[in-house]
Amino acid sequence: MSRSHEPIFWGLFGAGGMVAALILPIFIVITGLLYPLGIIPAELLAYDRIFAFASSWWGALILLVVICFPLWLSLHRLYHCLHDFKIHAGVRTQTVFYGIAYTATIASIVLVLVL
Amino acid sequence: MAEIMKMSILRYRPETDEKPVWQSYDVPYNHETSILDALGYIKDELDPTLSYRWSCRMAICGSCGMMVNGQPKLGCKAFLRDYAGGELKLEALANFPIERDLVVDMSDFIAKLESIKPYIITQEPRSLDDGCTTQTPKQMEQYKQFSMCINCGLCYAACPQYGLDNKFTGPAALALIHRYNNDTRDQGKAERMKFINEEAGVWGCTFVGNCSVVCPKGVDPAAAIQLGKVESAKDYVIQMFKPGE
Repeated sequence: MSRSHEPIFWGLFGAGGMVAALILPIFIVITGLLYPLGIIPAELLAYDRIFAFASSWWGALILLVVICFPLWLSLHRLYHCLHDFKIHAGVRTQTVFYGIAYTATIASIVLVLVL
Repeated sequence: MAEIMKMSILRYRPETDEKPVWQSYDVPYNHETSILDALGYIKDELDPTLSYRWSCRMAICGSCGMMVNGQPKLGCKAFLRDYAGGELKLEALANFPIERDLVVDMSDFIAKLESIKPYIITQEPRSLDDGCTTQTPKQMEQYKQFSMCINCGLCYAACPQYGLDNKFTGPAALALIHRYNNDTRDQGKAERMKFINEEAGVWGCTFVGNCSVVCPKGVDPAAAIQLGKVESAKDYVIQMFKPGE
């Protein structure tokens, strides 16, 4: 009997679920509704303010959490949906799906550090 | 005056039928007629060749599971009055091979139940002189609902993952692992974790939750499996610090 490595991906999936449920809606309301409708003043999201936010260590951490965990959530869910649609994907497909999440996570970390 | 219900039953007699065929019966019923009663009427009055499993008539034995209009139900716990004005379509339990008419081959399910060590395991042998092992109501609450399973197999018929790949250990067996692992009298958790940690263990579940919806005894196998995922994830981290295991 062999142990599944699923706990790693399930853990990231679970963390992504929390972020997607609790934090992403706030971001969507701010950037998708409040800002375009002019309810919050445009200068609050001005380039230099957002740049300062992304350059601070805590801003960078928030951005990483909001970008990376939902990526693992989505790719894990999509991978398991394949099985539900009777596409019994193997290790290669799994590598591609989790590889996208992994690459995007590394890219986000590098970009945030460069900022 | 009794009403009449048209009941269509998916028949399969391996000696004459190449594949399952539908057959209809008109069955009189009143407010108290269960589907199992209706099947008894068909067998006694209309067609003695019909085969189905049953025993207790009171949702204890778990024998009369079948698909009722596509949903897994116990024949004794589903009533014709709830389908009044419509038609009833009965089929053998989904996801199991049909043996004959409404009778399925449950060997795979039984083998899985037996394989997960569903009994209290103690490190040291105990004798009658040791006396009772007491439990507080709170300790009993940890596992009691999961011990209500009657092994009817409805959750396996409801589970899309078991339907897609029957290597999956499945809801009832995983809930039974949870039942024994959370019993304070039991010390066999380490032996059972290997069944949980497998790909075909809790990780075969994608939390559709239909098992808990169809359970006729109010057991919540989906919850047991999600708690099993937490246990398995903890176990995964612990084994990383225990080389050689």
